[in-house]
Amino acid sequence: MGFGRYLLHRLLLVVPTLVGVTLISFVLVYLLPGNPALVKAGALATPEVVQDIERQMGLHRPVHVQYWRYVTGLLRGDLGESSSTGRPVLEDFRQRVPATLELTLASLVVAALVGIPLGVLSAVHRDTLLDHGSRLLGVGGVAMPSFWTGLLLIYVGFYLLDLAPAPLGRIAADVPPPTRISGLYVVDAVVTGNLSALGSALHHLMLPALTLGFAVMAPLTRMVRATMLEILESDYVKAAWAAGLPRRRVVYGDALRNALIPVITLFGVIFGFLMAGNVVVELVFAWPGLGHYAVTSLVTKDPGPIQSFVVFVAVMYVFVNLVVDLLYGLADPRIRLR
Amino acid sequence: MGWRRLTRNPLSFAALCAIVVIAAAAVLAPWVAPYDPDEPDAERTLSSVSWRHPLGTDEYGRDQLSRLIHAGRIDLLVALSATVLALTVGTSLGMLAGYRGGWVDQILMRVIDAVMAFPAFMLAMAITAALGNATVNVVAAIAITHVPIYTRLIRGEMLKARETEYADAARTVGNRPHQIVLHHLLPNCVPPLIVQATLAMGFAILTVAALSFIGLGIQPPQSEWGQMTAEGAGYVVSGEWWLVLFPGVAIMVTVLAFNLVGDTLRDILDPRMRGMR
Repeated sequence: MGFGRYLLHRLLLVVPTLVGVTLISFVLVYLLPGNPALVKAGALATPEVVQDIERQMGLHRPVHVQYWRYVTGLLRGDLGESSSTGRPVLEDFRQRVPATLELTLASLVVAALVGIPLGVLSAVHRDTLLDHGSRLLGVGGVAMPSFWTGLLLIYVGFYLLDLAPAPLGRIAADVPPPTRISGLYVVDAVVTGNLSALGSALHHLMLPALTLGFAVMAPLTRMVRATMLEILESDYVKAAWAAGLPRRRVVYGDALRNALIPVITLFGVIFGFLMAGNVVVELVFAWPGLGHYAVTSLVTKDPGPIQSFVVFVAVMYVFVNLVVDLLYGLADPRIRLR
Repeated sequence: MGWRRLTRNPLSFAALCAIVVIAAAAVLAPWVAPYDPDEPDAERTLSSVSWRHPLGTDEYGRDQLSRLIHAGRIDLLVALSATVLALTVGTSLGMLAGYRGGWVDQILMRVIDAVMAFPAFMLAMAITAALGNATVNVVAAIAITHVPIYTRLIRGEMLKARETEYADAARTVGNRPHQIVLHHLLPNCVPPLIVQATLAMGFAILTVAALSFIGLGIQPPQSEWGQMTAEGAGYVVSGEWWLVLFPGVAIMVTVLAFNLVGDTLRDILDPRMRGMR
C-alpha cells in the first residue's frame, strides 16, 4: 500500500470514531441529573419562565432532534454556554488552553530530557546499579498517583526548602502577566523581554512541570530501554562491532537513531497520560487550565463545558493517535501493510 | 510450576506477600485497626507520628492508621468489582465478536473504538459525573473504561483459534458453536486474561484514588485513600506531612504489588509478551 492510500484509509477510519465520540458525549450529558433550564433560570424563576427557557434551548424536542442540533452546532464551532461563568464555552476554552499547553509542553521537556537519556544509559549499561535504579524508578513511577507526588514536592520544595512559590497559579499575584501573544507566559515574557514575568512564570511552572514530567517519564524510560536493548542485540549492530567501528559511534549513532523511531508510537499513550495528569496536577497547583475548568464543571454538573471538554479531549486524542500512526507509517513502511 | 516461579523471585514474592497482607488487613479491618476510624479525639487533633498513633491523627483527632485500614476495604472492593465486571463483559463481547464475525463484529468493534477514543481517566470522570458519584457508579465507570482491553484481547485470540485444527476437529465431531467457544477456545485465552486482570487491578486502584481525590469518586464520610489525601492536601503547606504521605504510600505499595505480580505472571504465562510494555 502506498502512503497516499494508507493516509486515506486511516482518515476514513477516523470518521465512525468521531461519530461515536459525539454520541457518547451527548448521551453523557443527557444522563446528567437535573434540568439545565432550571439551572439557567435560577431558583426564583416561575414554571413559565423555565418552560420558556426549555423551549429556547430546544429541550422539549425529541432526543434525535436534540442530537442533530448538537452536532450541527459543533460543526459550526458552537460549543454551548457555561451556566456558571455565563460565557460561551469556546471563549472560556480560549482563555484556559494556553495554561494547559504551557504545563504540558514543559512537562514533556522534563520527561524527554531525563527519560530518554536514562533509558539509553540503562540499556547500554545493562544490569549495573544504574540500570536497576532506573528500572525501579520506572516501576515505581507508574504506581505513584501524580496528585501525591505533586503534594510531596510542595511539602519539600515550598514548606521545607522554600525554593518554590506557594502552589497558587501561574504567576505571582503582584507580578502583572506578560502581554498576551501566544498565551504561554514563558514564551510571551521572552518575546516582550519582560524579565520579572519570565522569572515568576518559570518559578511557578517548576513544581507542576516536575510532577507531570515524572508521571510521563516512567513509561518513556521503559520503552526507550526496551527498544535500545533489542537493537543492541540486532545483527547490524553486531556487524558494526565486528567491523571494528568505535563503540561510541555504534551505540549513540546508529543504534540510538533506530531506537527512537518506536518511541513515536508511545506519544499516543503519553498524550493520554498527560491529559489525565493535567486534571489532577492543575487541581493541586491551582493552575487555571482546562483540567481545572473540567473538574469544576463536572462537580457543578455544568453541561456545556462538560460536553465540550469530553469532545475536545477525544478529538485531540484521536488526532494525536492518527498523526502518530501516520508518522510511524512514514518511518516504517512495513506498518502500512497490516 | 508457575506458582514456584512466582514465589522464587524475591521481588514478586514480596509483592505477593504485600497483596496478602493488605487484603487481610482490609477484610479484618474492624479487628486489626487499633482505634475506631470515626472516633474523634478533641485532645489530639493533628498530632504527628507517635507510639500512640503510629501514623498520626487528622484534624478531628481520628487515628490515621485505623482510617487507612478501613479505607483499604473500599479501594480493594471497588477495584476488584470493576475488574471482575470488566473481565466478564469484555470477554463475552470479545467471544461474540471474534467467533461470530460479520456485522456483529463490525458494530461491536466500532463501539469499542469510540470508547477507546477517550483517555480512560477522562471517560471515568465524565461517567461518574453523569451517573452521580455513588460507589456503584464508580465501579461501573472504571469497568466501562476497562472493557475494551479484554474485548480486543479475546477477539484476537478467537480469530486465531477459530482457524486451528483443534477447532476444526471440535466442529467436525458435531459440537455447537457455543460449546466450541466455551469449552475449546476460551480455556486457551485464560493465561493472558489473568495477566491483564492483575495489571488492571493496579490501574483501577489508581483511578478510584484519583477520582476520589478530585471529588468525583468515593464521598465522605466513607474514607478512601485518594480522598484521604485530598483531605490532607491543605495541610502540606503548613507542615502536617503525615496526612498526605501515608495514604499515598498505601496507594503506591498496593499498585506496585499488583504491577509486579502481573509482570511476573506475564513472564510465566505468556512468554510472547516478555519485555513488552
